[in-house]
Amino acid sequence: MTEPVTFEIQRYRPEVEDEPTWESFEVPCRPEWMILDALNHIKDHVDGSLSYRWACRMGVCGSCGMLVNGEPVLTCATYVTSVLPGTVRVEPLRGFPVIRDLVGDITDFVRKLERVKPWIVRESEKPLEEGEYLQTPEDLGEYKQYSMCINCMLCYSACPIYELEPDFLGPAVIALAQRYNLDSRDEGSQERMDILSRQEGIWSCTFVGECSTVCPKNVDPAGAIQRYKVTATVDWFKSLLMPWAGR
Amino acid sequence: MRRSREPFLWALFSGGGMLAALFLPAAILILWVAAPLGWVDLTVYDTFAGLVRHPAARLALFGFVSLALFHWAHRFRYTLYDGLQLYHLNDLIATLTYGSAAVLSLAAGVILIIL
Amino acid sequence: MGGPVNPGDTRHHPRWYRRRIPIFWWLGKVSYTRFIIRELTSLAVGYAALVLVLQVWCLARGPESYDRFVSWLQLRPVVALHIVVLGVLVYHSATWLSLAPKALVLRLAGRRLPGAVVLSMHYAGWLVASAAVLWLLLAG
Repeated sequence: MTEPVTFEIQRYRPEVEDEPTWESFEVPCRPEWMILDALNHIKDHVDGSLSYRWACRMGVCGSCGMLVNGEPVLTCATYVTSVLPGTVRVEPLRGFPVIRDLVGDITDFVRKLERVKPWIVRESEKPLEEGEYLQTPEDLGEYKQYSMCINCMLCYSACPIYELEPDFLGPAVIALAQRYNLDSRDEGSQERMDILSRQEGIWSCTFVGECSTVCPKNVDPAGAIQRYKVTATVDWFKSLLMPWAGR
Repeated sequence: MRRSREPFLWALFSGGGMLAALFLPAAILILWVAAPLGWVDLTVYDTFAGLVRHPAARLALFGFVSLALFHWAHRFRYTLYDGLQLYHLNDLIATLTYGSAAVLSLAAGVILIIL
Repeated sequence: MGGPVNPGDTRHHPRWYRRRIPIFWWLGKVSYTRFIIRELTSLAVGYAALVLVLQVWCLARGPESYDRFVSWLQLRPVVALHIVVLGVLVYHSATWLSLAPKALVLRLAGRRLPGAVVLSMHYAGWLVASAAVLWLLLAG
């Protein structure tokens, strides 16, 4: 029970070509196959030089994001049948420089992620014998949605602003900063604000909203950014009206 | 200083956007579409000619107009900036958009004072 | 742009590929086009605000002045323009009120109100504001 499906795959082999080209493959797809299964079929049986990233095959590792028919998706979580009929076009994620075939350079994302300190920042750790930092389910609920991010960068690929303005921190990084800002155990929100409230932080965002549409984990980075704009604006007016209150 | 002006401009943008979203469609529907087409019979002149001179009315109108203008300025600035990829003209675009909003607000303010 | 993020990496990856962004990138995807239309509604907002001030000005200057303004409003092309402006303003309201709740976190008795509730509150606000405007203009 297989169906022949034509895949148009963007190839880029920097040692032989200056610009990406398209290569066509006919793949006998089984109905339960994901896009990633078809790519693996090509690599195993047709052309072993096809390069792409993947690891977990279950929508958790966040490494197999690609553009399928122009839409950023996790290829391990997208059925081939869901994008039929017609040929299936696979391209690397947009916004990242292409190293080879479907592999982009994500260094920029990783550097930006580090800058917003995506971990719990404490002014002082309490001694071990005092026990854990307790949280209520409500405390958890404040940030849980943002903690679902798997760093798959589909939101970066969907965001036109990130491609246009490479300095923009981008959706996932801001959502992850909010994940820690809204954590009752965290004390690093002021340090993060210095990074987030710059022009290339939240203010580059014009709320296209596509980042939230494509997010496979319903993190809603667009919502996180708009919420943070309110926070930064309130903070700005506070420090204007009450300069003595300090930061 | 680029960092510190954005929240203020965004607050103006949001305020103007919200007021425009809530009040403009109904006002424009009645004043500029329904009345000129004769769907409704307005007695705007008799009712409002005196009313608009009230200080509160002048102030409300000025607040509304200037916020709406800064709403335009902020959005249009980013539309030009991102939509046409004019990154090298960032300062010029910002000066022109916010500058026009400021000048037009001032003009509206003068008009509303001398009514 | 164009090169690797870290110049030190050039040795190992001599030729990154970065596409040129099309000038009219916002025509490439329906959602981007809707976005740019949403942003351009600001032109209608600015226009409406300015012309409303002119209307008030004419109103304050006396009946002849106001009559002249009204006869301008009645010109066919002007009515046509204003029907377009009205459509654009409604688009502004609809998009603005659907997106604004994303920025707002409202709490009632310590609990965060669901997005749908905040959204309906915004639309209810639109209804009330519109009713107030209608009442002011028609019954006033």
